[in-house]
Amino acid sequence: MEITAAEALVRCLEEEKVEVIFGYPGGFMIPVYDALYHARIKHVLVRHEQGAVHAADGYARATGKVGVCMSTSGPGATNLVTGIANAYMDSVPLVIFTGQVPTSQVGTDAFQEVDITGITIPITKHNYLVKSAQDLPRIIKNAFHIATTGRPGPVLIDLPMDVAQTRINFEYPRQVNLKGYKPTYRGHPLKIAEAAQLIKQSRRPVIYAGGGIISSGAHEELLKLAETISAPVTNTLMGLSSFPGDHPLFLGMLGLHGTRYANIAVTECDLLIALGARFDIRAASKFDAFAPHAAVIHVDIDPAEIGKNVRVDVPIVGDVRLVLQELLPLVEKTDRSEWLARIQELKEQYPLRYQRGNGLKPQLVIETLYRHTRGEAVIVTDVGQHQMWVAQYYRFKRPRSLVSSGGLGTMGFGLPAAVGAQLGVPDQQVILITGDGSFQMTIQELATLKEQELPVKIFMLNNFQLGMVRQIQHYYCEGRYMAVDFKFHPEFITLAKAYGIKGYTVRTEEEVQEIVPQVLSEPGPVLVNCLINPGENVLPMVPTGRRIDETFEC
Amino acid sequence: MRHTLAVLVENNPGVLARVAGLFSRRGYNIDSLAVGRTDNPAISRMTIVVEGDDRVLEQVTKQLHKLIDVIKISDITADEYVDRELVLIKVSAEPEKRGEIMQIADVFRARIVDLGRRTMILECTGNEGKVKAFEESLRPYGIKELVRTGKIAMLRGSRYTSITTNGSREDE
Repeated sequence: MEITAAEALVRCLEEEKVEVIFGYPGGFMIPVYDALYHARIKHVLVRHEQGAVHAADGYARATGKVGVCMSTSGPGATNLVTGIANAYMDSVPLVIFTGQVPTSQVGTDAFQEVDITGITIPITKHNYLVKSAQDLPRIIKNAFHIATTGRPGPVLIDLPMDVAQTRINFEYPRQVNLKGYKPTYRGHPLKIAEAAQLIKQSRRPVIYAGGGIISSGAHEELLKLAETISAPVTNTLMGLSSFPGDHPLFLGMLGLHGTRYANIAVTECDLLIALGARFDIRAASKFDAFAPHAAVIHVDIDPAEIGKNVRVDVPIVGDVRLVLQELLPLVEKTDRSEWLARIQELKEQYPLRYQRGNGLKPQLVIETLYRHTRGEAVIVTDVGQHQMWVAQYYRFKRPRSLVSSGGLGTMGFGLPAAVGAQLGVPDQQVILITGDGSFQMTIQELATLKEQELPVKIFMLNNFQLGMVRQIQHYYCEGRYMAVDFKFHPEFITLAKAYGIKGYTVRTEEEVQEIVPQVLSEPGPVLVNCLINPGENVLPMVPTGRRIDETFEC
Repeated sequence: MRHTLAVLVENNPGVLARVAGLFSRRGYNIDSLAVGRTDNPAISRMTIVVEGDDRVLEQVTKQLHKLIDVIKISDITADEYVDRELVLIKVSAEPEKRGEIMQIADVFRARIVDLGRRTMILECTGNEGKVKAFEESLRPYGIKELVRTGKIAMLRGSRYTSITTNGSREDE
């Protein structure tokens, strides 16, 4: 049957079981939006294209499915760029459609023309400019395959308007044929045996687990490995929620703002088992002094991550879940009471702590939220101090219950990501924890939140400043605070009200204790403006370029 | 150390931009890059000469592999291979100098492909050393213009860098 390529696009999305598209229409995307008119797929109209891509990203992180978003050509496409880079850095599977000027005008600087495939080469796993309508079904099939397999990532499809209008014989391909793309899933058996041998010999192992655990669904295998070999587990920011936060073997996050005991444990360990983590500078700080006494086992699906920053003794390329399934039968129940006693001692000696008094403490807000949700909410964050306090003080119970911008550190990610997350997991409590800086970067998405009637609870930790930058200036610029204070803020509660959203302001610990349970049980979206102590720093902290055990504390 | 990579890629538009962009944004230095279609019109072959230590080369190779359009990469540096480059040189050739220049061309087995009133174009094929020596020999006469293809390379003997229908390596 002959249908237009735009109609074929919609049919392909239905074949891929896409439930929701986040988007914003425009001139050159009209044919696709026209085809969507009769589609069964929900379309969420955002208020800015950046909101569309972050929402698709939040949806993908919270559900494990592919996030789909679309925009028109030119400015619509460039507005997606930050969000695409954000998804690329955190390996989030997205399929992104952009409109393009008709083929005859491509390359002529036509109205609303931009070379979006050229622009996004460095920030997509792959991208396509569709030149022939007949190719579109195959391209979409490939795009979903590429986005979700191997190391996941965003794939962009740029669709010129005349191509979208061309009629084709539609048939959705059943198979992909990509000669140059064959990810390795099964780890090398000899390397896995070597890893098991190292684990057996080790007296002080530490598991360093990243976002790969979550994307491969290896959380159960991780728990089993840790308990079997009695190894404490530390998470990267991306890895948080992959291991139960209240488990005795849990060390919390490592690195720049990690727990002191995690950082010392990594420094003292004789075997570091890196699982789906990439030794980022924020985690490792100083590559040549990271885990200095340890042999390193590194499991990752992306061969390019192995040996990139840190030397590795046993490299294993493969899907971390499948590799752990092969490894588990080879390791024995081991008692490492001496090492675990040392870990316990470190935990008691250097607990996460903050000084009470002196206004409302942000850490207390997070702790209160943790207590009232029992660690079972889906927490979405923005970027800055509040994000680090969440990482430190919220103890996640289930995988995919933290949605946070890690690699790119995108302020403004939170609100649209919370929209996407709540749409993806409608039965779960979604809480956005944001800051007064981040929140205002994509604040227009409050309209989307309201329009979609999503019961997201927003806790804004408001210190009237860009706290993380102020903290950096405090430590590295001898307190020369430049461009970090907001001398004006809108009346946030009035603003929320203008969007039809309820709002509360809290100033004291008592008010927080009272408002949190109340807000969590209210229907619909709510904004809580938490006026926190402005001088608060995120501690502990590893000074730039130092070893991770050289932290300082409050 | 300089490495010679034979890279098979899908003959898709933009594949050169993807490869070249990867080198520049990750800070790898390309010495030369030559590209052209293979016997299979859907596949192109690149010969990339890149400077770097083993660690850099490992990253270059792994990052190239991540490009969906890259089918296969072989670092043939340590193997026996034939490499060639073609250079066209336009050199000043006043009538009284032509004889000398033609003698030089003879020595290098170069060919004269154009003769103007005051210039000649010479074509020379060879490995890097020969091409360099040829260029130096002509320099005193005044090189007006020079263009080279970049190095292409192929393994000697019965070993080859190719793909079978199922895309796997065929090494003998």
